Amino acid sequence: MLFAFVYPQGINRGIDYLSGKNIPLGFHVPNVPFRLGLDLLGGTHLVYQADLSKSDNKSDAMQGVRDVIERRVNFFGVAEPLVQISGSDRLIVELAGISDVSQAIQLIGATPFLEFKETKSDTQAILDAQQKGQRLNEDPLQSTGLNGKHLKRASVTFGQQTYQPQISLELTSEGAKLFAAITKKNLGKIVAIYLDGVPISTPVVQSEITDGSAVITGKFTPNEAKLLATRLNSGALPVPISLVSQQTIGASLGAESLSKSLKAGVYGLILVALFMILFYRLPGVVSVLALGIYVVIVLTFYKLIGVTLTLAGIAGFILSLGMAVDANVLIFARMREELRAGKSIRASMHEGFSRAWLSVRDSHVTTLIGAFVLYTFTTSIVKGFALTLGIGVLTSLFTAIVVTRTLLNLFSGQRFENKKWLF
Amino acid sequence: MFWFSISLTIVAVIVTLVFGLNLGVDFKGGSVLELEFSPSAGGGIPEVEAVQKSLSEFKEISIASSGTNGLIIRTVELSEQGHQAILSQLKATFPSSGLVEKRFDSVGPLIGNELKSKSITAIILVLFGVIIYIAIVFRKLSRVLPGWAMGLAAIIALAHDVVIPTGMFALLGHFYGIEVSAVFVAAALTVLGYSVSDTVVVFDRVRENVLKGGVKEGFGAVVHKSIMQTLTRSLNTTFTTLLSLVAIYFFGGESIKYFALAMIMGIFLGAYSSIFVASPLLVWWNKRDQADR
Repeated sequence: MLFAFVYPQGINRGIDYLSGKNIPLGFHVPNVPFRLGLDLLGGTHLVYQADLSKSDNKSDAMQGVRDVIERRVNFFGVAEPLVQISGSDRLIVELAGISDVSQAIQLIGATPFLEFKETKSDTQAILDAQQKGQRLNEDPLQSTGLNGKHLKRASVTFGQQTYQPQISLELTSEGAKLFAAITKKNLGKIVAIYLDGVPISTPVVQSEITDGSAVITGKFTPNEAKLLATRLNSGALPVPISLVSQQTIGASLGAESLSKSLKAGVYGLILVALFMILFYRLPGVVSVLALGIYVVIVLTFYKLIGVTLTLAGIAGFILSLGMAVDANVLIFARMREELRAGKSIRASMHEGFSRAWLSVRDSHVTTLIGAFVLYTFTTSIVKGFALTLGIGVLTSLFTAIVVTRTLLNLFSGQRFENKKWLF
Repeated sequence: MFWFSISLTIVAVIVTLVFGLNLGVDFKGGSVLELEFSPSAGGGIPEVEAVQKSLSEFKEISIASSGTNGLIIRTVELSEQGHQAILSQLKATFPSSGLVEKRFDSVGPLIGNELKSKSITAIILVLFGVIIYIAIVFRKLSRVLPGWAMGLAAIIALAHDVVIPTGMFALLGHFYGIEVSAVFVAAALTVLGYSVSDTVVVFDRVRENVLKGGVKEGFGAVVHKSIMQTLTRSLNTTFTTLLSLVAIYFFGGESIKYFALAMIMGIFLGAYSSIFVASPLLVWWNKRDQADR
């Protein structure tokens, strides 16, 4: 049953074949795909750092950044994009199977950071000094607290006298209150509108504005105005962000890695199976069967939990396979010892299992400790490895004790007592 | 045998200190750009020197060929603009080379340092977890040996299993430019887990034999007996694991090749050290304890 879940293509083909031979079965096994990681699928992994130094409510600001970026990413129509906050001020974006990564980065990174700034008491002094090349690191304006998160909607309009394209901003009710206070305070002075740290419009306040609407005028072509409005609508960021890490894997490399690691897995499995059968004979065959069941159970878990399979994850899986074999080896080695000591097959089986159990338990628990620590304290690549290793080790405990035992018990009857060479 | 391990460990430590590890960009920060060429008719694969010349305006750049038609470019951390600038520059200089970008990694130094400290924390935590677990599991042996002594013996064996491959990679990094990346840490940690279970299996047998027969023939003899009894299992398990790892090494592709290599060394040493390091340590401890009494 589980096999059908793990490899539905094969079963469905079989059903189709039977239907062709006039044996209609009339159903197909649902096909739940494995979730592949970026390194196997090709794609890009981006880490952004948000500058929260000026933000009062940091977790709110991060949530805001996340929402905005997510909207932006969804705009690409990438299958299952991942946008998540990591730590207190990081944002991770994963885009799988995307062909033009640089365009994606530009669109995400270009997300406008909108801010309204006002003059401060020494603005004129700073400007004068800057004309002479002094105090260049000082900002002549100061933040008003009104920024992109107070924006409700942006649209392109045309100036009534100028017929020039301009962008009308509609602010949220909170933003409207703030804007009213700012315009009242700065009557007759400049309130500059900054986009991504650059002033794009520096109007002088003519009257107090209470209806929460503002206009950005500037030298726009209609197309530029439209693009800017779209960008503003898809979200102006509450705080600035910068790209601190990027990992991009081409689709061809991903496909190559996938086929290679699958090949490695299959060869590894065959070698191990051969060794087990040659060395342990009948129990070896049993353990290979148990291993088969083990593989199917583990793969089912991957599909059910939705484990993202990466290269390191596959390595973890192959390794946990080694652990599963080890459990069998421990049991069989012990069984053989008891057989050599002259016990019956049934008795040695019993002894083998109960004596080996402590070792199996201890070695699995210590590996689990490692997997758990890795999973909790590390990031992406290593985490995937720890997860598959952990699932594998837990499953291996189950198959070694339950599956191998049940299968072996089938051979513990009287008939086998005089065929000890099989063991 | 014991001395052999000690001297090998010392050599590994010295080599690591002298050469240092060749850390990958994920630890150190920087950018790696991997390209592949599939030249169309009339075009050839650009020479490294030609590429170097074409990219001479970029600072701190190192270019190496990889495989028959690949190229790896390493630089300081690049912005997305810098990344695109390099690509378009190359495409303009070598229009018929069929250049395809296979991989681009760019990591800021901040992230790199974070990964480093996280990895070290993880390793230390694993070690502590293991000592505590062993102390609890083997508490019944306390009339022969204190529980933490077994934990400590296991940890010394572990250090041996991780330090020697690290030294090996310091050598590989120095002479062949092989880099230590985050995956290496995963390998080291798995080796830790494996090596512990190997040691635990031997200790388990020691415990069983001590509880069953006591230590009339001397603790050393009991340990020796236990090692002999678990030898087949140790060899078989190591062998089967090595089989899968060798498969990964040869068929798994470039990116996890050195992961497999680190694991092969570690697993092999893990089996070796539980027999020739951890167990002799137990006996030595026991003798010292008895001399004290």
